[in-house]
Parts: sequence; C-alpha cells; structure tokens
Amino acid sequence: MSTSAAMAERLARLGEPEPARSLGAEPARETTPRTLDARLPSGPIASAWAARQREFQLSTRARRRESHVVVVGSGLAGASAAASLSELGHRVTCLCFQDSPRRAHSVAAQGGINAAKNYQNDGDSADRLFYDTLKGGDYRSREANVYRLAQLSVDIIDQCVAQGVPFAREYAGYLANRSFGGALVSRTFYARGITGQQLLLGAYQALSKEAAQGGLRLLARREMLDLIVHGDRVRGVIARNLATGELETYLADAVVLATGGYANVFQLSTNAQGSNATAVVRAFQRGAAFANPAFVQFHPTCLPPTGDYQSKLLLMSEALRNDGRIWVPSRAGDARAPADIPESERDYYLERLYPRYGNLAPRDMASRAAKARCDEGLGVGPSGRGVYLDLRDAARREGHAKLEERYGNLFEMYRRAAGSDPLEQPMIIFPAAHYSMGGLWVDYDLMSSLPGLFVIGEANFSDHGANRLGASALLQGLADGYFIAPPSVSSYLASNVLPPVSPTSSGVRDALEQVARRSERLLAVRGRRSALDFHVELGQLLWHGCGLSRNAADLERTSRAIRELRHEFWQDVRVPGQGSELNQELERAGRVADFLLLGELMCRDALARNESAGCHHRVEHQTPDGEGQRDDASYAHVAAWFHAGDDEAPRFAREPLEFRHATPAQRSYR
Amino acid sequence: MRLSLRIWRQPGPSAPGRFERFELDDLSPTLTLLEALDVLNQRLITKGATPVAFESDCREGICGACGVVIAGHPHGPQARRATCEVRLADLVDIDGNIDGAGANDTSRSPRPPEITLEPFRAGAFPVLRDLVVDRSALDRVIQAGGYVSVRTGNAPEANAIPIGKATAERALDAAACIGCGACVAACPNASAALFVGAKVSHLAALPQGRVERATRARSLVAAADQEGFGACTSIGECHAACPKGISLRVISELNREVLRPREDGERGAA
Repeated sequence: MSTSAAMAERLARLGEPEPARSLGAEPARETTPRTLDARLPSGPIASAWAARQREFQLSTRARRRESHVVVVGSGLAGASAAASLSELGHRVTCLCFQDSPRRAHSVAAQGGINAAKNYQNDGDSADRLFYDTLKGGDYRSREANVYRLAQLSVDIIDQCVAQGVPFAREYAGYLANRSFGGALVSRTFYARGITGQQLLLGAYQALSKEAAQGGLRLLARREMLDLIVHGDRVRGVIARNLATGELETYLADAVVLATGGYANVFQLSTNAQGSNATAVVRAFQRGAAFANPAFVQFHPTCLPPTGDYQSKLLLMSEALRNDGRIWVPSRAGDARAPADIPESERDYYLERLYPRYGNLAPRDMASRAAKARCDEGLGVGPSGRGVYLDLRDAARREGHAKLEERYGNLFEMYRRAAGSDPLEQPMIIFPAAHYSMGGLWVDYDLMSSLPGLFVIGEANFSDHGANRLGASALLQGLADGYFIAPPSVSSYLASNVLPPVSPTSSGVRDALEQVARRSERLLAVRGRRSALDFHVELGQLLWHGCGLSRNAADLERTSRAIRELRHEFWQDVRVPGQGSELNQELERAGRVADFLLLGELMCRDALARNESAGCHHRVEHQTPDGEGQRDDASYAHVAAWFHAGDDEAPRFAREPLEFRHATPAQRSYR
Repeated sequence: MRLSLRIWRQPGPSAPGRFERFELDDLSPTLTLLEALDVLNQRLITKGATPVAFESDCREGICGACGVVIAGHPHGPQARRATCEVRLADLVDIDGNIDGAGANDTSRSPRPPEITLEPFRAGAFPVLRDLVVDRSALDRVIQAGGYVSVRTGNAPEANAIPIGKATAERALDAAACIGCGACVAACPNASAALFVGAKVSHLAALPQGRVERATRARSLVAAADQEGFGACTSIGECHAACPKGISLRVISELNREVLRPREDGERGAA
C-alpha cells in the first residue's frame, strides 16, 4: 500500500470525532491558565532596549573567562552568538550536526535581509519596519521585541559590511536595495540570490576567528539529544558524536539553542534534509514552554511537488515578485500554452485582489490565494498544483541582461530543476512549508521558561507573530545572535552564582541514560517500515489537516491520526545498524519520532486558536471575501504549551499581548 | 528507467573498502541522483540490509554538504552542478547511454547503464563511511585567517566606505565558494588552491579585508600545506569541477597576495 493510501485509510477509519477525547477542550476547561511574564522593560518602546541594557549585569573579564556557554547550532543565530559571546571573554562550545558550521540552513536563504536604513529616502524608519512587521505578523507578536528588531536592523548591515560581506552595490559604490512582500519601501539588502550564504559566511568567519584566537571550541558532527537540568537550571547538553556514535556530555553555565525551525515536520518543505526539531522538542519535554506551534509559513514561490521520492521543494526567492507577475488562466481547463493565452483571459489575481501591494502581498495571503485558484481547478502544470510567475513584461521593459544580472543564479537553478527557461516560459510555482514562526517560548531577554536556557533565531517563537515578512528571518537570526543574546546571556551569568555540576550527578546520569535508552529502543523495534515512510505519512496528514487552511473537524481527526501513527512508529520502525557507529538512519528515526510529537502539538494549538491569524487560517473564521478574521478579544495572546507526558494533554498557558504603540486592525493590503 | 549503481562501500575509516553493485528499476528520470540513492536506501532498509551512507543537506546546491565522484567526475560530468543537482536524466540519455562517461551503447544489452559512485578522494579527506568523507581540514584552513578580525559592535556606518559595483561583484564571485571540496577531489595533486584562493581573493578585493591581506594569504597557504593538501601545478581540473564555477583567477591572485610586499600599517609590516 502506498503511503498516501495508508493515510486515506487511516483518516477514513478515524472519521468520527470521539467526543470523550476531544482535543480542543483542554484550554477552555482550565479556568485560569497560567500567565507567562515576558519581563518587558518599562518605559517608552523606543528606549526599551537601551533601558534593558542598562539593567544588564556586567562582570569582569576574568570572571567571564570562568563561565562556559554551550551554543547548539551554527547558523546565522548560533554562529553570531557563539562568536560574540567568545569575544566577550566567555568560554564557548559551539556544536553543529553538519560536518561544518558553514552548511547550516541559513545558507539557503536567497533574497535578502531587511534593514531600516532608509538609504532610498523612501520614507523608511525603525518605526515603519516595526509597524510593517507587526502588521505582517497579523498582530500576534510582542511589540517591544519587534521594535528592538527594527532598531537593530541598521547595526546588522554595518556589522556585516565590516566583515566583508559583498552586498550588492550601486554604480556609485553605495549599497543597493530591493523590495520584498508586505512593504512599500525598498529596504532589502542582498547579494544576488545568495544573501543567506554570504551572511552565514560572515558569521562563520567570525566563529572561525574566535576558534583560532579566542576561547571558542567548535565541534562539528554533534547532535544535541538532551538537556542537562540540575536543580531548576539548565546546565549542559548531551550530544551524540555522529561520526562515532559516542554520547558526550557538555556541562555549561548556560545553554543557547539556535537549532532552527521545524517546517520539515511536513517532510516536503523548502528546508534542508537535516533540519529538525529534536533540540526544541527535547527542551519542551524537559519543561520549556512551546509557543504558537501552529504558526508555520508556506512560501508562495516554490516549485510544485512532482511525485514520489521527491526529497524537497525548491524555493525561488520572493525577490522574483518584484519583477514577476503571478497569474492563472481565467477559464478552468484552459490547456493552451501560456504565451497563447491573451491578456484578457489571464487572471492576475494578486493584482486584482490586492491592488495596492499587488504581487508583493504578504506570503500567507499569496500562498492561500494560489491554493484557492488551484482548488477551483485553475491551477497549471502537470499536476494542476501550480500558478504562473511571469517575467515577460519585466523582460520587455528592462531586457534579459538586466534580469539575468538580478536573478541569474535563481534562473540557473530553475532551468536545472524544471528544464525550462524563465525568460522564455513563465515559471510554475506553488506554496511549500518554509518557516516556523512558532518555537520555544522566550522572554524579552530570549530566555526560555527554563532558567539558563536561551533560544535564538528560528528556534524561538520570535518576533514574527503569525506570519513572517520576507527577508526578516536573516534579520532576526543576526539580531538575536550578534546583539541580543550576548549581553543577555552574559548578564545572566554575571547575576547568578552557579554551583559546579559533577559529571556523575543525577541530572547528568539521568539525561545520559534517557538518550541511550531511546537509541536502544529505536534499534530494537526491527519493524517493517522505514523512518522516512512514517515521515512521508506524517507530512501528508499535516498538509491536509493542518496546512494552508484548517478546520476543527479535520484538526481533531489529524491529531488523533498522528498520535496513532506515532504509536505505530515505535512498534514498526526499522532502524538498521548500531548506535556505536556513523548511522544516518538512527539519526533520521530519532528526528522523525520528535516530528511526530510536534505534529500532534501543532494540531492541538491550531484547534485551540479559534480565530484566523496570518498563516493560521481557520475556515470557520473568515470575512465574506475569504480573508482571515482575527478575534482580538479572545486570542490576542501567545499560546504556550507545557509538556505533561507524551500521551497526556499538554498544559496551556498564555502570554497576553498588549498593543500600546500600534492599533491592531484588519490587515489590509488592498 | 533502469539503472545499475556501482558504489564504494567502506564500513569505517580504517576498514578496507570495495565496490558493490545495485540495480534499480522503475526510476523516473526526473529524480535527482541523490533521490535515487534515497530509493535504494529505502529498499535496503526494508530488506534489513545496511543503507549507503552519503551526505547532503540543502539539496539545492548551496550548502556544500554533498559530494560524490560520479562516473569519475566530482559532482558528475556536467559543469556547474553540485551532486544534489544532478538528475538521472543528466547522466543517462533516453537510449540508456551514460552521458559524459564515454559512448558505451548499452541500450540493446540486457544490463542497464551503470554509474560508478565514489567518495571524494584526497589524503586530507579521510573516508568516514561509504561516500562520506571528513572535510574538516577546510574549516581549519579558514581558521588560519580567512576572516576580517572585526569584533561585534565595532562596525562603522555601512555606507561610509563606498565600494565600486564591479569590485563588489568580483568579491562575490570568489565568495560564492560553497566549501564542498570538489576542487581538491578533482586535482591530481589534491591541492586546495582554488578553495584558499577564493577566500583570499574575496577578502583582498574589499577595503575591509585589505589590512590583514598579507598575513592572511601566507597563513592560509601554510595551513593548507600542514593539512596535507598538495601544491597547485595549474592544471585547472578544480575550476572544471567547481559547482560555482570559481575562476582560476583566484589562484593567480593568491600567488600575488603571498608575494606582495607588506605596506605600511598592514599587519606584519616591518
């Protein structure tokens, strides 16, 4: 039986909801859910970060040398934080699961990084970037964090230029900009279509400098598999050496997770093969709150799925929406070649629906609009799951050479993957799971609900609310890593006197034993299905039940199906080989097991949020013209979940969101 | 389509290796080679056999994690591809002939076309398992000075130093290196000159990188020697294998940087 048939069979069997096990009810039943305190600075928002920095504790360089920080992850956030903490004088160990820190998935970001430099003199400011980000996120993010992000954006560009990041320049030698979705100003800095790679190499080089000159230890091929909690504080990690299979203990005074996002829970996504949620799920199981797990972004400009065994969905930068026009034929079943379809029979639906922003409507809206066209039978391409992104008009206006210079490597990638030339034929695109706005809950200082555990970059629930603007992921990763986590972690270390932890203490032994037992269990099942097979079915369940649009009945059914699948996984997965060797299937199986837990949590969160917000589109809550409708009276909060056991309902907590600087309104891009 | 894969198997760094042959049928030519390896591994796992170890991450040619010698060529016979971007249709034409590996007409023979897959081979890249090699030597070379020594928070306003468009583009051409190591695997001397040259050239092109340029070039070359990479004898295989098409120009620039006299105010100046 194929995986999709298995999924259909499972859903049919679970057709009727079981009222007794209704999953959405828990938050309502708890009359007074716990409230989480973000520890926001007092005073006006524009000076809040400065005020907090004044409150931070400092210590002497000699004392800083005595403290040890483990940074897990080496992407933009992890590498920049590890390098900057090492520059401050702390001893730092940076772990990454790839063979080199330079491979972290930040490398694949194409289009650019936002910063409120206002170099174009088109009315940009920190205030406007703040407002665009908050509105883009559909008012489900924390004002003070977003304001700080906007303020720090300008320092990030300075820092990266000083490191030798070769951003695009104008002929006069000044930095060039382009526009991204959800913004009317031109504030995106870029290096062709390889901005993420260039920024990552900047951070990687800073990391390499500290490895050579400072007190930084860089360890590749290490996967964090558990946290060491001693007393009530996080004091280190257990990691598996992926080359040898050995379990290793890294004791620390603070741990920083920079382990990226979890869009790979959908199996087919734009993420790298190895991108996984294990570190954040383990932290969740150890007591850290998980915030807004249902908030996952679908990127509108990806290549459509083609069939079995496909391993990823290739992303084409949103930057193409600067020059590309998105359309479908007006008539379903129009089989003519795109060039033969006259202007009057094309529906440039984004320009029609959102005349002010047009093709630069935010990602969630652009993705939903594409899916809606395909659901109506207007989709193009062999599978009918695709829309045209057409550069014809831009090519006529500016010529092929100009476009080639701007998007050359994207065109090259597309030609290779799709076998057609975007300058001759419109590209065919479709939304794909791309980025998780949800993640571990953190306070204003980026500390999780577990003292001593800091979470940065995509791994935290971050600043993007229910939808992230294009070119803001790189921004947040670097703001967290260069400028926020270092003083915050340093202050935590200065203000807490931590007793030494013995490698034979119960916290360490317990974590080591749990990790070893889990590996042994995975290897001992010796079942019939591969880990990938389970992952494919999980992805299909989530795509149908908790994807671009959601409804209560499907969420409930999907949640139960995923739990059933997880139980089957532990009884029927096949993991060859041993624990004490390089074993890629053991790595994969561990990650899939964690995705299964997370998938269920996503459905639960999506069910509990009885409104539409950004990426989270509940069909029960929309305006007559199909836009999502928020319910600010009941859901202007961050939903945070505490683990209570793998088969128990998690405990719900909330962080109320207050809007003092901006007034939440129905998002309008029309 | 049908395909026969002849794959290097080696259980560990010190264990002897050998080729093993696998036949796959029912493959869509739109699959990438690595997706075909995924298919093979799924079949091996459900049969209880040991899957083939290979590395990949982004699967879009930018992270540099993948790297297999395909039919004798690092990243395959076609120019400007990383291993993850190689599709079966690129390797085997519709008649079943293997592209770029000689005109072996196998279309009428009962055996499907065969493609040999080997790890990147170089003394500085020990094999860890099957097609997985240890390329950490490249990280150590960068640690020898492949950076600008600027601390976080030290940066002046980004537009304070204008940089000509052509200069920025030239720096980016070199900075586009993905650190995959194909240049080393392709070089008969296992030289890392293209890799080292790319970093030296990138940073020497920009005002921010010029202050440390002389020390940088010499330290990187010394580190590469120490890691066991060979000398450059200007063969050019590195450029042919490079998935990003890094130009041989960076090697000339590397040589010039190493020999350039130090200027006043430069690190290491007398």
